[in-house]
Amino acid sequence: MTDILDGFTAAFYLLIGLDSDLIEISLRSLHVSLTALLFACAIAFPLGTYLAVQRFRHRRTVISVLNALMGLPPVVVGLIVYVFLSRSGPLGVLGLLFTPTAMIIAQVIIITPLIASITHQAMRDLWADYHDLLISLNATKRQRIATLIIDGRRNLLTAALAGFGRAIGEVGAIMIVGGNIDHATRVLTTAIALETGKGDFALALGLGFVLIALALLVNLSIHWLSRTESDGLW
Amino acid sequence: MLPLRVTGAMVRRRGKTLLGPIDLELAGTGLTVVIGPNGSGKTTLLRVMHGIERLTAGQIAWAVPMAEARQRQAYVFQQPTMLRRSVADNLAFPLRLSGQPQAQARETAAEWACRIGLGDALDRPALRLSGGERQKLALARALIRSPKVLFLDEPCANLDGRATRDIEALLVEVRDTGTRIVLATHDMGQARRLATEGVFLRSGQVWESGTTLLTAPQTPELAAFLKGDIVL
Repeated sequence: MTDILDGFTAAFYLLIGLDSDLIEISLRSLHVSLTALLFACAIAFPLGTYLAVQRFRHRRTVISVLNALMGLPPVVVGLIVYVFLSRSGPLGVLGLLFTPTAMIIAQVIIITPLIASITHQAMRDLWADYHDLLISLNATKRQRIATLIIDGRRNLLTAALAGFGRAIGEVGAIMIVGGNIDHATRVLTTAIALETGKGDFALALGLGFVLIALALLVNLSIHWLSRTESDGLW
Repeated sequence: MLPLRVTGAMVRRRGKTLLGPIDLELAGTGLTVVIGPNGSGKTTLLRVMHGIERLTAGQIAWAVPMAEARQRQAYVFQQPTMLRRSVADNLAFPLRLSGQPQAQARETAAEWACRIGLGDALDRPALRLSGGERQKLALARALIRSPKVLFLDEPCANLDGRATRDIEALLVEVRDTGTRIVLATHDMGQARRLATEGVFLRSGQVWESGTTLLTAPQTPELAAFLKGDIVL
């Protein structure tokens, strides 16, 4: 119990004191996860929508695989990205290992299936609704997908937030490909893991509370900006 | 783009024949009503003619290439689909699809909104409209690209007299300016008010058709149907 109280106290002082290390790793956490989210959304929104709109031979298989990939273990993703980016790996020449870019790549791989799968489910319902009209109006495939993405933006927001939640709280993959290097690739989650390992529970808990606050803050501000709950079905 | 020729069109789903085989020609001007009991294939026939129903056998052919014909026809569904957008954006949607610039499309949309009595509801979400307003919006959205042929699937089902009158007035106007209309309806009064010719469907077959369909029925089934008897 005292550990938790100490954690609160530590978090309080870290925040009050605007600890420069804390700000640095918090910003890095946000930078890595938001960038990963951006790329993942750019891939997953059109992909999920395409799977809802288009009928092709192995569509069901693709969807099942996508759903299965939602549970992709981050550590394994980290390992595979590591192997690809390591000096002797196929992408070794890029020198990306132990950089924030490597962490972004790993997180994109982890959250894209999740976002695509939620997108697909939401878009499937919207497509059932719009199907006849869009076919009747002779909309091209591109127009159909664009219409669904525009009109289903609320659902896409939910998908994106789920993806962000998974990215910001993820530790396994970024620990492996980032290396948790101070002032270079240390983020909130890897710092928590490190401090816990060192036995500094107060600091670890403090960082943990900051992480939760950060996740809440991003979610609330996105909801507030897009006024999700104010307009019924809109 | 007329005439439209439907030859040997047949629609089967899961081993059940929903429609056909049907041979039909749609030509000239006017308004064709499609009447018949529930499940007789009215909706399927309309969808076949519109080209959005997969045919099991047979074919449909316009006097112009299919791609061009598809651009110049419109369809109003029995349950109108409201896009999750404002009234103005719903109306402008078909124009935006065919590449019109936003400002121009919105201007035309505003004109049409006034014509259907939704002039002051331009920025309202379409999903908040009443049943009658939705139906009118769907009709205006179908007409906004000035189609040569218009299909309507029971546009006035569940509507009150006033909304029905508004819609029929618009249909008469459109019919008299040369748009070919095909209308499926259960309302015999409406059929008599609007039709210049008719098709009577029964269990997926064209049972009777022609210009005197409603006034001088040739088959006992149609006579019974027009009299209000239950025909299966």
